[in-house]
Amino acid sequence: MTDGGKNAASVGAAVKKHKFAVFFRIFKYMFAYKWLVLIAFVIMVASNALSLAGPYLSGKAIKAIEPGPGAVDIDTMLFFCAWMAICYALSSALSYILSITMIHLSRSIVAKMRQEVFDKLMRLPVGFFDRNQTGDIISRISYDIDTINASISTDFLQICTSIITIVVSLIMMLIISPLLVLVFVITIPMSILFTRYKSKKIQPLFRRRSAKLGELNGYTEEILSGHRTIKAYNRESTMIDRFDGHNDETVEAYYNADYQGAMIGPTVNFINNLSLSFISMFGGVLYLYQMIHLDAISTFILYSRRFSGPINEMANIISELHSAASAAERVFRLLDTEEEPADAPNAVALERVRGDVDVENVRFSYDPEREILHGISFAAPAGKTIAIVGPTGSGKTTIINLLMRFYDQDSGRILLDGRESLSITRESLVKAYTMVLQDTWLFGGTIAENIAYGKEGATREEVVAAAKAAMIDDYIESLPDGYDTVITEDGVNLSKGQKQLLTIARAMLPTCSILILDEATSNVDSRTEIKIQSAMAKLMNGKTSLVIAHRLSTVRDADMILVVRDGNIIEHGTHDELLKSRGFYASLYNSQFN
Amino acid sequence: MQTYFKYLKPFWVTMTVGLIIKFAGTIFDLLIPVMLKIIIDDIVPTKNVAQIYIYGGVMVVCSILAVVGNIVANRMASRVASESTRKLRHDLFVKTLRLSCSQTDKFTIPSLESRLTSDTYNVHQFTGMMQRMGVRAPILLVGGLILTCILDPVLTLVLAAMLPVLGVSVFYIARKSVPLYRKQQSATDDMVRTVRENIGGIRVIKALSKTDFEKRRFSGVNAALMRREEVAGRVVSATNPLMNFFLYVGLTVVIVIGGYRVNVGLSQPGTIISFMSYFNYILNALLSVSRMFTVYSRCSASMGRIEEVLESKEELRVVTPADEGYDGAVVENAPHISFESVKFSYNGKKDNLKDVSFALQKGQTLGIIGATGSGKTTLISLLLRFYDPDSGTIRIDGRDIRTIPREALYAKFGVALQSDFLFSDTIRENVRFGRGVTDDEIAEAVEYAQASEFISEKEGGEDFMLAIKGANLSGGQKQRLLISRALAGHPDILILDDSSSALDYKTDSNLRAAIAQGFSSSTKIIIAQRVSSIMSADMILVMDGGAVIAAGTDSELRSTCEIYREIAESQMGGAILD
Repeated sequence: MTDGGKNAASVGAAVKKHKFAVFFRIFKYMFAYKWLVLIAFVIMVASNALSLAGPYLSGKAIKAIEPGPGAVDIDTMLFFCAWMAICYALSSALSYILSITMIHLSRSIVAKMRQEVFDKLMRLPVGFFDRNQTGDIISRISYDIDTINASISTDFLQICTSIITIVVSLIMMLIISPLLVLVFVITIPMSILFTRYKSKKIQPLFRRRSAKLGELNGYTEEILSGHRTIKAYNRESTMIDRFDGHNDETVEAYYNADYQGAMIGPTVNFINNLSLSFISMFGGVLYLYQMIHLDAISTFILYSRRFSGPINEMANIISELHSAASAAERVFRLLDTEEEPADAPNAVALERVRGDVDVENVRFSYDPEREILHGISFAAPAGKTIAIVGPTGSGKTTIINLLMRFYDQDSGRILLDGRESLSITRESLVKAYTMVLQDTWLFGGTIAENIAYGKEGATREEVVAAAKAAMIDDYIESLPDGYDTVITEDGVNLSKGQKQLLTIARAMLPTCSILILDEATSNVDSRTEIKIQSAMAKLMNGKTSLVIAHRLSTVRDADMILVVRDGNIIEHGTHDELLKSRGFYASLYNSQFN
Repeated sequence: MQTYFKYLKPFWVTMTVGLIIKFAGTIFDLLIPVMLKIIIDDIVPTKNVAQIYIYGGVMVVCSILAVVGNIVANRMASRVASESTRKLRHDLFVKTLRLSCSQTDKFTIPSLESRLTSDTYNVHQFTGMMQRMGVRAPILLVGGLILTCILDPVLTLVLAAMLPVLGVSVFYIARKSVPLYRKQQSATDDMVRTVRENIGGIRVIKALSKTDFEKRRFSGVNAALMRREEVAGRVVSATNPLMNFFLYVGLTVVIVIGGYRVNVGLSQPGTIISFMSYFNYILNALLSVSRMFTVYSRCSASMGRIEEVLESKEELRVVTPADEGYDGAVVENAPHISFESVKFSYNGKKDNLKDVSFALQKGQTLGIIGATGSGKTTLISLLLRFYDPDSGTIRIDGRDIRTIPREALYAKFGVALQSDFLFSDTIRENVRFGRGVTDDEIAEAVEYAQASEFISEKEGGEDFMLAIKGANLSGGQKQRLLISRALAGHPDILILDDSSSALDYKTDSNLRAAIAQGFSSSTKIIIAQRVSSIMSADMILVMDGGAVIAAGTDSELRSTCEIYREIAESQMGGAILD
């Protein structure tokens, strides 16, 4: 065997193993509901047994009819027919109960999966969301999980039913005529070979189908978020062209899977018809040699139909299973994504944080090839205000990302109250900080809920007081529903400045010892800024404050100003000191008057 | 569903051909049990073995014809489903992009997104299935009934009596499930919205350690969705057991009556046997029909949501002479841009713009300054015709902007808005933004926007790939790309809405100098918080509470407008004296 062949074989084995692992994981979810599964199983066996008794009973009834005119055994016939009716009625009732049970089961599993995916999202590092399209994530939690659900609620049942039907039918056929069963020795291997060959071909097609739908969702999300910009440039046609590209790929991926899938049903049906042809030929011959009764042939044919029915269904189920497996793979891949590193085993939960922050020789890069921070050191003693200024892209926000442990530094240490931040529980570390970011974020809820977000159980009074301090109270009161106005879609009709004021109000509520203001007032006009200055001062009072701002007027009063450029702190000192030294800060500061 | 059929119409030829092939294939399928009956009833008694083999052979041939026909027809059906969905999704996307801003706000983005993906996907599924089963099932049903009728009309009547009962129950279930599916779909929208919101706010959520709170919030939405799904599922899953029940009861009655008829010599046992074999076809056909109804309910619910978008009235249409209130008059010697007593309100309750008027000559610069929420961005939104004013007129070159064709209107603008939009592509493509702007023009724009330095430091320069939403750029870098985009192609009208807030003073002042020098013929509208960004403008509007409270140059305003002076002094006054 050549190397290529070997590789292909081992890849094939790996794929198979992998597929098995995916199904095994789905089964693990079902195992959590083992009692429900068991009940479902029992009902299913009962319902199937009852329905399989049908052909047997009808065979008996027909046997009673067989003697012909005048000789029909009416009583026997009626007896068996009555039993038939009872069996079918019970079987139908049970199968409905079964459906409901299965729906409950599958929905529970799906709800659990969705929750798990969501919980996972909450534990993923921030960087994950910079790398993955929101639309694609959404596609996983909606479409992919739905596909798995469809599979659990119907396919699992179908498979069990099929197996039972096949086994029982086979036994019955063997009882009736072992010779005729020989026909299936030819046709069953055909079915199996065919479905195996096909499924190998189809699996990657289904995987592609899921992936493409996810991409389409990602693109749609991206474009719809830029609705206004697209309008302003009248770029609809370009975006439509690009959308068409994604649409074509999605449709094509669907078609390709369908194209192969379209063969399965008819082909399996063909194999069944072939069985039927052979059965009638051999059955006829056997009858000629008096080796079989007419009623036996008819019952045999009924069972053979039963027998081939599930095999036919199997073909459909196989494509659905493929589709579910591809979807599950995408969901599991998300669930297996590396999380934020867990707290160190000896991590301490900080209480009563003083607010001493020390950054020692910290280096960091988002992308290993490009270092963003080249060994930064500074100290922010408790209660002091430290301003960080510098050109855009110099690494100011990155410093904040490290303090909050959105990312972990590559080397160096960050100390909080003298304790290394990696040895502090993430939760207590984050709770030590309050942050107001340039990127305002509001969620779909009332204004009051948005402000109260930072402090659980905040009273309406506290909310109003915070809004007043942030000078947004007047505006809120002018809205028809005041504080109960519902903000939709990230606050579409609020201006960016208003959103910033709301987030400042939000930051006023929690009590913590370190405050981070990253361009917190960049979109607030300076008059309003002056008005909220006293509130900001109150907010900063007694706290260590780290302030990033471009407007130099807002950093002038800081206890220390750090000037960052290209990932290094190039100057530090108070405003006056820095102006006197006539360095980079002075030139930045003076440029505003040119 | 009317719209749905409109999308299928262009494919009627393919569909008809497919249907005929499917029809033929299905007929061959149906011939097989006929052969079976002939073998057992007619040939076996003659003891002619050769004949048995011949008929058996014919059965095999029929099987082959059936399989070929069905595969070909299924593939054609897949083609039709794919092509019609492609068109539908395309049209839906086109329409979605054409929605006005207020319509988009109303539908919400996650809902529009799921209409474009999940809902069209449901329709796709149904279209394929309908053709595959929708033809086969009725043929099997009718064919099965005809054949049973030939065999024994009386017995067929018994079975046929069951059909109306079945029809009514299936129809009832389908009708009931459509609204349930719609509710389920909108619960899905809620779930998606929550996820989307959380992804957007992940930094804030983590910073406020609200992840547990968000998990609880999600579990509420999730539970609501699960309830909806269960309710819909329960109703729909009644179909199959009901059908099974009615049909098998019918079959039992058939045997009973058949028995009596055989007894009096009106029928034969063999007839009952073949009857039962056809009965299987009928049963399978009906089960297919019921499955189709399930998929149909979903499709119909989805189609309803799609239609809602497709049929939403086109807002902000270009006003033509045929329209009422058309004012095609072009004012002679008009200023480049003019606002004439423009009033506007987002919600119809509170005026967001109150009687705004101003005029701007070609090449002039307009600066707008004012408190947060004073109406600065609203003013721009009206000029860009994201909304139409409630009263008053906005003119460009003396022409009411409502009468200017979309292409002509938007070709005039270069815009950097507050809500930035960068997508994951190269820097160059983000600046080009699909317009016919040459690489040289892009390089020039980047230069003007003070972005060339940081771009040259990126790997690959202008070919540097942005992460989603430009996440691998700093705030200031993003702003400079957006400004580059606005500058590329030298627009007639340049609009910068607070788009240099993340730039340091030095870069900002270089940018201003570059724009003044390189874009002297463009009319510029600049919204800013910093007085320094607009102080050299030809005219500055000071806005407050939706109204223009003062207009003039920097020096005029410093002496006449108290508010302006306050702003200016707060930002730089003290420093100059230092």
